Amino acid sequence: MSSTVLYDAPGPKAQARHRLFGILTIIGVIAVLALIVWKLWAEDQLTAEKWEVFYTPRFISLLAEGMLQTLWIAVLSIAGALVFGLVFGTAKLSDHAPVRWVAWVVVEFFRAVPLLLLIIFIWFYAFETQLGTIAPLVIGLILYNGSVLAETFRAGINAVPRGQVEAAYAIGLRKSAVMRIVQLPQAIKIMTPAIISQCVVALKDTSLGYYILAPGLTTIGRDIWRTFDNRLATALVLALLYIVLNLLLTALGRWAEKHITGARPAQSLQKNPGVAEKP
Amino acid sequence: MDWLTDNYVNILRGFGETLRLLGVSGALALVVGTLVALARVSPVPILRGVGAFYVTIFRNTPLLVLILIAYYGLPEIGIDFGFFINISLAMGTYTAAFVAEAIRSGFNGVPLGQAEAARAIGMPFTQSMRHIVLPQAFRLVVPPMASVYIALTKNTSLAATFGIAEATFRMRGLFNDYASQMIQIFLGISLGYILIVAVISWVASAFERRWAVA
Repeated sequence: MSSTVLYDAPGPKAQARHRLFGILTIIGVIAVLALIVWKLWAEDQLTAEKWEVFYTPRFISLLAEGMLQTLWIAVLSIAGALVFGLVFGTAKLSDHAPVRWVAWVVVEFFRAVPLLLLIIFIWFYAFETQLGTIAPLVIGLILYNGSVLAETFRAGINAVPRGQVEAAYAIGLRKSAVMRIVQLPQAIKIMTPAIISQCVVALKDTSLGYYILAPGLTTIGRDIWRTFDNRLATALVLALLYIVLNLLLTALGRWAEKHITGARPAQSLQKNPGVAEKP
Repeated sequence: MDWLTDNYVNILRGFGETLRLLGVSGALALVVGTLVALARVSPVPILRGVGAFYVTIFRNTPLLVLILIAYYGLPEIGIDFGFFINISLAMGTYTAAFVAEAIRSGFNGVPLGQAEAARAIGMPFTQSMRHIVLPQAFRLVVPPMASVYIALTKNTSLAATFGIAEATFRMRGLFNDYASQMIQIFLGISLGYILIVAVISWVASAFERRWAVA
């Protein structure tokens, strides 16, 4: 049975046509790949001196070090952003209007400002305090991702059925206990996919440390191509490393989602509905 | 406030450059993203695979690394349209992956019965897409598309790293000249970005109201 209602199960004619399109696509893809390889070869990019860095043990360990720094910055930022998001997300739902307003202004501001602008500002502003380069990057990432997560938390908490809260009040729980015992556990279950995709965003955004030369993969990459004059090769290797890291993170998230929260089947036009994400 | 009165022409030029980046890469992202979304739901398995591959690759690579490839790498193999276009190329192809996902989520929002009815009256995939699913999907897609384009607006700031004199680049220049008024400058430039973001949200909600069903 076909998994979609967008088209019928193909008959013999349609199958032949799809095969033709498939073959044309393959030919197109092969042509593009061949063009790329030919270009690389013609411009002397496929020489050992451009690539040998990446199979030299000393530089592999350098890249591994950069990867660990990137991961460490990402972990710090995500942990901080979760706390920030939790605090401001619940503050946006506070019963006290001034608390709500302050939280609204903070969250909306940091969501609307470009992250790089924020990082550059923190870096310049804190320049005399000898803060280094990691702290501005991490603070920027926490403020931005925390604000996005605050919205996620708020939406998640609001998505918990009203009856749950009323029942909790009815059995005499206080406001904080209702939040802690009833609303948050259910909200986290609803929010897990959004939190995971935000983690991928945070991991990718650690690359912005390049601007202020904070430690991490991209900065290591810069050192490598400045030494070996192989910018294209280095940038491609960096891309590959980031893709692998992000796919691992996504797989980990899927696993956690399945085992912690349980899968929820959804009816839709396709088998695997896409989740809209922000770049 | 002398940073503003003495430099407002340069700051406006900076935001002009930001808007130019947004326009060029945004148009590219819309075209490529729609094609990728169509490929991802097409009946041809290999096209679906290519679409999914595109989204996986471009969504999981940091934009900065894509710009590194386009700005430093592509000229090394003779692909050099000038640094503005090369950077826009990276931003456009990156954003296209998110546009594709937003449009695909729009397909999923079209009620099942619509596609079934199109099939029932004998429309093939291309017709049911063109007359039934796509027009409704585009309507549903306005809010997620608005957030993709808002994100692109903010991402254009990455061009500052590569010497394009857009708003973030101008801010850094002002930091050097007016070190004592940094907070004001930061808030001022932020306000500029917030205005662009506000215009995008306003246009999106106008379209949403205009295209609302019933």
